[in-house]
Amino acid sequence: MTAVPASAYLTLAAFLFAIGAAGVLIKRNPIVIFMCIELMLNAVNLTFLTFALHQPNLQAQVAGHVFVLFVIGVAAAEVAVGLGIIVVIFRLRETIDVDSVSLLRE
Amino acid sequence: MTPSELGWALLRVAIVLGFLLGTLPLVIWFERRAIAWFQDRIGPNRLGPFGLFQPIADAVKLFFKEEIVPANADRFIWSLAPALSLFPALVAAATIPWGPNRLLTPVADVEIGILYFLAMSSLAAYGVLLAGWSSNNKYSLLGGLRASAQVISYELGMGLALATAIVASGSLRMTEMVAIQAEPLWGVVPFLHNWLVFTPWGLVGAALFFICMLAETNRAPFDLPEAESELVAGYQTEYSSMKFAAFFMGEYMAVLTISGIMTTCFLGGYLAPVNWSPLQSLAETGGGIFVPLATLTGALAPPFWFLLKVAALVFVFVWVRATLLRLRYDQLMNLGWRVLIPVGLMNLALLTVYLLYGWLPALVGYVLAIALYAIWAGERARRVERRQVILYAEARPYRRAESSPSSTPLSEGKGLPQEVLHG
Amino acid sequence: MAERLFFFLCALVAISTAVGMVASRNPVRSALLLVANFFCLAMLYFTLSAQFVGIIQIIVYAGAIMVLFLFVIMLLNLGSPEAQLQERELRRPLAWLLAIGLFLVLVSQVFLVVNAQPQPHGAAGTARMIGSAMFTQWSFPLLIVAVLLTVGVIGSILLARRRSA
Repeated sequence: MTAVPASAYLTLAAFLFAIGAAGVLIKRNPIVIFMCIELMLNAVNLTFLTFALHQPNLQAQVAGHVFVLFVIGVAAAEVAVGLGIIVVIFRLRETIDVDSVSLLRE
Repeated sequence: MTPSELGWALLRVAIVLGFLLGTLPLVIWFERRAIAWFQDRIGPNRLGPFGLFQPIADAVKLFFKEEIVPANADRFIWSLAPALSLFPALVAAATIPWGPNRLLTPVADVEIGILYFLAMSSLAAYGVLLAGWSSNNKYSLLGGLRASAQVISYELGMGLALATAIVASGSLRMTEMVAIQAEPLWGVVPFLHNWLVFTPWGLVGAALFFICMLAETNRAPFDLPEAESELVAGYQTEYSSMKFAAFFMGEYMAVLTISGIMTTCFLGGYLAPVNWSPLQSLAETGGGIFVPLATLTGALAPPFWFLLKVAALVFVFVWVRATLLRLRYDQLMNLGWRVLIPVGLMNLALLTVYLLYGWLPALVGYVLAIALYAIWAGERARRVERRQVILYAEARPYRRAESSPSSTPLSEGKGLPQEVLHG
Repeated sequence: MAERLFFFLCALVAISTAVGMVASRNPVRSALLLVANFFCLAMLYFTLSAQFVGIIQIIVYAGAIMVLFLFVIMLLNLGSPEAQLQERELRRPLAWLLAIGLFLVLVSQVFLVVNAQPQPHGAAGTARMIGSAMFTQWSFPLLIVAVLLTVGVIGSILLARRRSA
């Protein structure tokens, strides 16, 4: 049905994952780092759905979709807690630069 | 997709967009006239019959107004924001069926129809949020922040209300949601339709949905993002000319669309209140007096009923705006998180009780829930009253100082508790 | 043909928005580009006949999570020019090199492994199928996710509370 080969989807997912990883390494703003992690999670979701479409039986296909929903749920919980932590850090330190927030190291 | 299918699809899109854009001036005119009527004024009545052309004149005026860009505004995002608030309003109506003809409506009868609406309405927060941020103005920013918090909070209540409709009809497809409501009322009354609002869960769900739809469209009494007494005009403060008009249009189209959603999910969609089909069959077999009756009821076509219900809801929007006072911010959040969400969850739970165990346990559950709520509310009211009594007692020294002119003035502090003076 | 065109359009926008998100110094623009990226991904999910997951992607990611991100960015006023953080200039080329390496490794696996044909059932992406699988076969993981979300809610409430109040 779909004329686009699976490898195209997977290459796109790999590219997005790599971009997200680069962003995590480059950025100093924890909110943007978070967004890069979300991008990586979404790249993984794309591979999940691509592989789901290529499963032979229906049950395995549905399992792929269910796992994507689980990933989305976990990401939502992670964002709620993570943004809460960032707001608290900002309140305490007046900055959220990840390089200057290193209380436990000193 | 064959050319004829494409043609029908384009026609469906044209009808919906034409309706939304064509009704817009009418709705704005209606709101101004109705508000004037509520407030014992006349309202716009000069241009055209009953002032009907006033919105068109306003549009022309706004079109020729100068556009002022605030200093240090983020130009690109500032221009993007009105478009972002217009876009969801334009596309969200695509899954609403306004008649039984599947060639003409809805634009796309997708399996996830109601979720599509939720997705599009959740995007509406961006326009307001970005407009507030990019204007480089504290009032705009506060308006934008308020709007985003409000939309996220009330989306949950709205989702729970829609979940009631989804569970009750067993489908996410909006045409099936309407078809389920065409059954006889409560399964027994043959000539009436079983609109969801006639069931207990549907009634609670419809009430929840109505409150949430006022909040989602940022309409009074939930118009805090544009509270003119505190925030000038909120996120719209720095906008002028057609960009201002775009926000305006987005708001009114959202009102129309969300009324259509409520009609479809809770008020039986395009179904007439009475099931006319026995009349039609009587006319075919019996003839006589039934023929003109059947023609009459046939002329009152489904789209007419749909439009009537939407118009009634738009009137209620205006009515509520003219009647209720704007909520305070903490009241807004309390209502969203501590009232609507628990009520919605309870409603959903009782609906599943009905689906699993029949109507008797569900009815008992509703009675119990209402009784528990009454006890809790009574206790709370008593607590508030007690606190007011305490406050009244504490304020007595002030009142004595005011009432007797011979006593020392307040500034010397005689008769006042020390912590009042210094704390 | 039309499907291919649609895919490459979506992929192009997704890639450019992702690169733009990492390259932009303004967090608000980063967030907006990420929203556009998620939108494109949702479109791609639709082409994979995953309509339910696609619409949930828009509701949850574009409608809730990214609004939350923007909300926090504006609350902490990180979008203004003077609040924007300098990036790690030294680590930058190294990070891009690592990313390219990662991409090459992943892509090599893609072309080594995948030669399967798509098996579209059509029914796999519907809400009914996903719901029944989730509440029967995957009910235990579902409960764990529910517990995780509850813990997340309680945790964020505790974090948001001011101690003095």
